[in-house]
Amino acid sequence: MLMLLAAVVVWLGGWWINARLAARPLTGAARLLPPLVFGVTLLLLWELLVRGLGVSPVLLPAPSAVWARLMTSLPTLGADVTQTFLKGALSGYAMGCGAAILTGIAVDRVPFLRRGLLPVGNLVSALPIVGMAPIMVMWFGFDWESKAAVVVLMVFFPMLVNTVQGLAATEPMQADLMRTYAASYPQTLFRLRLPAAAPFLFNGLKICTTLALIGAIVAEFFGSPTVGMGFRISTEVGRLSLDMVWAEIAVAALVGSAFYGAVALVERAVTFWHPSHRR
Amino acid sequence: MRAGRDALPVLAVVVGLLVLWYLLAIPMNAGFARDQAARDGLTLGPAALVADTWSQERPRLPAPHQVAAEVWKGVFSVPPTSKRSLVYHAWVTMAATLAGFALGAGLGVLLAIGIVHDRTMDASVMPWVIASQTVPILAVAPMVIVVLASIGVTGLLPKAVISMYLCFFPVVVGMVKGLRSPERMMLDQMRTWNASATQTLRKLRWPAALPYLFASLKVGVAASLVGAIIGELPTGAVAGLGARMLSGSYYGQTIQIWAALVMAAILAAGLVGAIGLAERATFAAMGGRR
Repeated sequence: MLMLLAAVVVWLGGWWINARLAARPLTGAARLLPPLVFGVTLLLLWELLVRGLGVSPVLLPAPSAVWARLMTSLPTLGADVTQTFLKGALSGYAMGCGAAILTGIAVDRVPFLRRGLLPVGNLVSALPIVGMAPIMVMWFGFDWESKAAVVVLMVFFPMLVNTVQGLAATEPMQADLMRTYAASYPQTLFRLRLPAAAPFLFNGLKICTTLALIGAIVAEFFGSPTVGMGFRISTEVGRLSLDMVWAEIAVAALVGSAFYGAVALVERAVTFWHPSHRR
Repeated sequence: MRAGRDALPVLAVVVGLLVLWYLLAIPMNAGFARDQAARDGLTLGPAALVADTWSQERPRLPAPHQVAAEVWKGVFSVPPTSKRSLVYHAWVTMAATLAGFALGAGLGVLLAIGIVHDRTMDASVMPWVIASQTVPILAVAPMVIVVLASIGVTGLLPKAVISMYLCFFPVVVGMVKGLRSPERMMLDQMRTWNASATQTLRKLRWPAALPYLFASLKVGVAASLVGAIIGELPTGAVAGLGARMLSGSYYGQTIQIWAALVMAAILAAGLVGAIGLAERATFAAMGGRR
């Protein structure tokens, strides 16, 4: 009962702090405060409600239990991240996005192909590509190669569509200027077209970070060696040790956010000139 | 019209992809064909080899016409109530997709309205909505299914919950953008008319947000379908397109997997197309400037 009362107090307290914080304009690091307060409130609520209501750990473990489990099984989690993220997702991401950008540049030289490929690419981007996972496992075996293949398939079309759209973003005036300079095709490509396409390219690259991690994890549901995040999640769910599952999810969220953040940082460094980054 | 002008290039690309598929099927299945022929003490000529790679029973890569035949058989030759009917499985998946889509879109719109009208929600909830998207939610799917099953919730709802989670994000982001899209001048005009917040929402913000809403609904429905398919995996391959893929991969029935994939693709295209139609009808009813 006391726990439940404390939960209500925490909820109201968190809300009150945030209402006060939001009432005045925030600058700089202070802008991080409201979401931080919200997150801490949510975690405290979760902990207090699980304890107060006596929720079985088989249904929903408390955050403290998940944290304890996370700390004791760091080596296992590390091995899973290496297998799923570094080997599967990252290699597939690099191959898929690289191939899509090269294909996009090639397609861009043939307007007929470009007009045909954009609608098809948009359609394929909306399809449930993860369904290809069982087929890739059949072709490339249980290890990370099949996971990378699924990731390649998942990221290819969104990236291709973004590349083609980005290359179309060059202003005709700028292209004409390059022509008056008698610039060759590679010169135009590297000095004008690709930089102009960078915002689109990075938009695609950022979307694909999430897709890559999801693809690599889900592909492991269809067969994997006895290591990997998807494997761990599906087996630990079967053993009803949900604290381990939540620990794995927390790690996945962390890795996913870090991956996204890294690409966003590169974007900031490369497209510093774009209006969306101006202060 | 745009669609008419692009029809030829699109057709060319599709035909090109089909040709590529047929060509790929030859090297992918050739090994098995040669083994089989060697066991029978035969050597295959090039023509016989190609014919064999396109007509195996369990090929590594089935040829397009084999998949088409399987889809045709699953859709038209079996009564839709049968467990072997693709219409039955597609229906199971679609029901979960639509339920999750409705829940997710509703939640997304409500959250967006809250975020636009309340500074506290804007400052504290919005960053978490964005952070929720970096979590690979599909990975949580098995746990959601198992936990909900252990407290007695089975069937359609657990899958719909996963669909909902995937679907609400694009709707929130799109709607927040859309509800904020009216210009300062227009909002000031509403204020000079002494319009209440509800009136401003109904008469200005909501109509202005509709184009954004439909764009995010298209993304959301595709995400819902993926969620529903993944949600079917841990239930032990009972019913639905995801279950069909899983059982196909257990028994090496490649053609069955591909048929389920094609069915899912048709479903996705149909759902996105339906929203496109609704979009056009809505804009026509609103005065049709598109």
